[in-house]
Amino acid sequence: MARIKIDKEKCKGCMLCVNVCPKGIIAMSVKLNKKGVHTVGLNRAAREKCTGCAFCAIICPDVCIEVYR
Amino acid sequence: MEKLIFKKPEAMTDAVMHYCAGCGHGIVHRLVAEVIDELGIREKVVAVAPVGCAVIAYDYWNFDVTEAAHGRTPAVATGIKRVLPDKVIFTYQGDGDLAAIGTSEIIHSANRAENITVIFVNNGVYGMTGGQMAPTTTVGQKTATTKAGRNIRRDGFPIKISEMLAVLEGTTYIERTAVSSPKEIIKTKKAIKKAFGIQIKNEGFSMVEILATCPTYWGQSSQDACTRIEKELVKTYPLGVLKG
Repeated sequence: MARIKIDKEKCKGCMLCVNVCPKGIIAMSVKLNKKGVHTVGLNRAAREKCTGCAFCAIICPDVCIEVYR
Repeated sequence: MEKLIFKKPEAMTDAVMHYCAGCGHGIVHRLVAEVIDELGIREKVVAVAPVGCAVIAYDYWNFDVTEAAHGRTPAVATGIKRVLPDKVIFTYQGDGDLAAIGTSEIIHSANRAENITVIFVNNGVYGMTGGQMAPTTTVGQKTATTKAGRNIRRDGFPIKISEMLAVLEGTTYIERTAVSSPKEIIKTKKAIKKAFGIQIKNEGFSMVEILATCPTYWGQSSQDACTRIEKELVKTYPLGVLKG
């Protein structure tokens, strides 16, 4: 099963990964990180749909996402 | 068995980048680092950082980086390459650095066919100083100094450095790409890899112009900024191989 790991302390909440994910697994979180930014998080209900396409990691400007497949 | 298929490249440090959310610089930094990892040249690379938003790129890259005066990046790279010809030298420049104050240096470095690689990040504004108009600002684009949009009668036309350099006999490879979607980012990485390959084979001057987003000074969300590159910016700056 594919999965992604998001480094929330590096995330700046630009939402590029949210828009690029073909399965809609990533969503904005209500939680803040230490920088005081709303980060992205995984949509728990849909996380099994991850195919490991790595689009989110490719577009992430802050290199916060690791992809496992 | 689960395998890690995408991670931070070895040629990048753990530092958190200072760029605004959604800035294209972070993507380009990573692509350069990935290419250096893939070519296995981390011990041989010397980068020359610009003045502009990417001025502290040396904090984010885990290889040798030096700094140059504003716009003089290709001149410094020329010196390093001539003294250390077996090193791989690249400059990383923004449009304010390369297309405004450094126009003379880039043109003459290209014309002398210096065996260096130039990574030119074009986002059409001066990001570091507060979003003023750059020579590459598109017609009608609103910036801090062109509140009603860039007017060609007052401010002139957007400068197309890649087209200008492509007509010089000294250049070997010039390509314009973008970092607006995963597809374009993969193409950009291929272009950067090809540009480094040309330098390693001693074939001469190579440059990749990368259209990048500046959501902060375009006054848009990061996604809208990517859409702007694909819908509007490519009309002024068409993507593709210009030479080589």
